[in-house]
Amino acid sequence: MEAIDIFSYFLLLLLLLSGIKVVTTSNVIHAAIFLVFTLATTAILFILLSAEFVALVLVLVYIGAVIVLFLFGVMITRAPLGPNAELDNDQNKIFATLISISIFGIFTYILLQTFDSTVVIREGTSTKLLGEILLSRFVFPFELVSFVLLGALIGGITLARKDNALMDEDQI
Amino acid sequence: MSFSSELLIKVLVVLATAPVMALGLTLLEVKGSAWMQRRPGPLHVGLRGFIFPLATAAKYFQKETIIPKDVDEPVFKWAPAWVIAAVVGLFTIIPLSPTLVVRDLELGVFFLLAISSISTIGVLTAGWSSANKFSLMGGLRAAGQLIAYELPLILSVVGVVIQAETMSTVGIVEKQIEFGFPFVIAGQGIAFIIFMIAATAEMMRTPFDMPIGESELTMGFMTEYSGIRFLIFYISEYINLFVMCAIASTLFLGGYHIPLLPTEWVNFYGPLVLIGKTFILAFLLIAVRWSFPRFREDQLQTLAWKVLIPVSLLNIMVTAIMKVVF
Repeated sequence: MEAIDIFSYFLLLLLLLSGIKVVTTSNVIHAAIFLVFTLATTAILFILLSAEFVALVLVLVYIGAVIVLFLFGVMITRAPLGPNAELDNDQNKIFATLISISIFGIFTYILLQTFDSTVVIREGTSTKLLGEILLSRFVFPFELVSFVLLGALIGGITLARKDNALMDEDQI
Repeated sequence: MSFSSELLIKVLVVLATAPVMALGLTLLEVKGSAWMQRRPGPLHVGLRGFIFPLATAAKYFQKETIIPKDVDEPVFKWAPAWVIAAVVGLFTIIPLSPTLVVRDLELGVFFLLAISSISTIGVLTAGWSSANKFSLMGGLRAAGQLIAYELPLILSVVGVVIQAETMSTVGIVEKQIEFGFPFVIAGQGIAFIIFMIAATAEMMRTPFDMPIGESELTMGFMTEYSGIRFLIFYISEYINLFVMCAIASTLFLGGYHIPLLPTEWVNFYGPLVLIGKTFILAFLLIAVRWSFPRFREDQLQTLAWKVLIPVSLLNIMVTAIMKVVF
């Protein structure tokens, strides 16, 4: 076993432990911080697979934006510190276990079916290549996704916005 | 040289350089502000004021670490670590010469944007875990500000990337050498101004220091910190100042290169040139800090969302069109 393999297994262990802590801790902020660890170890695993771009997107979008917005939301709504009893609900434990196991099963099956004997590791992922593929072969899904996001953005603003008639121009 | 020993040397060099640069910039800030306000203290006391940064550091080292009773202890204790780790991590992509760089990443600029966003987590968790209303307000303001100004920071760099056709920092400097002019003259002047404004806001320096606001929020998210942890926040602010100015000089001002010097000697003069440019930019920001009053919170948000982001989007459009035309 090479050093890099030991490192990968160590990261996987860390990923597993922090993932478990995310769902078991009853403190929202602690859960968010363990989620950062989970995402960071995932990013490092992507780097080990020489998918630098995916790793950095994971850091920029998930750690830099999603977690920050999450913390922001928690700070606005739940300022008191300490564990939260509401988060410890165990009424649906069996159901949740069943769903988790089936999702894990489906993903494992699909991944094994698709990539079982294919070697996907290449020497260095070219970001230029990725950009060219995104804007040629996958241009339609790419534009579609951005359209959906734009729709979500406008919808969010419309829902959050106060009624125009009630709003003075100075108060914006 | 094996990979691990090379890595060890690079890490040690970065860990030695970062605090030295922070001390240098502290000295520049103290002496600059004293010069602007005609204060005799930092200009004349103690070896003409040169002993000042070391005295400050020594003061914080011997201070007692106070941890208030109600804080969320692990989160509170580790909050400064996020900030300094993110800031020191950015040293990876600063090129002192084509070869004197920790790692010339293919995605250098993208790495900068991804890693610099991590320090926000430190600021937010510091504000939240302090169990203090002032800290919480500081944290909230910091979150709003850092999210808003991250966008113009990213978007202003995109123009440079389009013009240079690469994201590697060494590649961007080489492109400027090849072109003959630094990007600040050759088309990215507006992007440079936006980058500097957004970087000042990301560093939470005056006039964008609403999250700290010592006269209204008593240091905001740093209120409850003392001793060594406060020193870490303080020193990472100056390391961040160095890093942001160094990256601005790399992306816009031609980095380690100045015209008329022989390129084969770049390993000798490169570091000096880059550090010189960095300190000039830092002096600019210091002059701004001691000249302008603090923004109001809504003005700050308006500036980001209604001015900087549209202008930087326009800059990207114009750069892209010019790239296609020429």
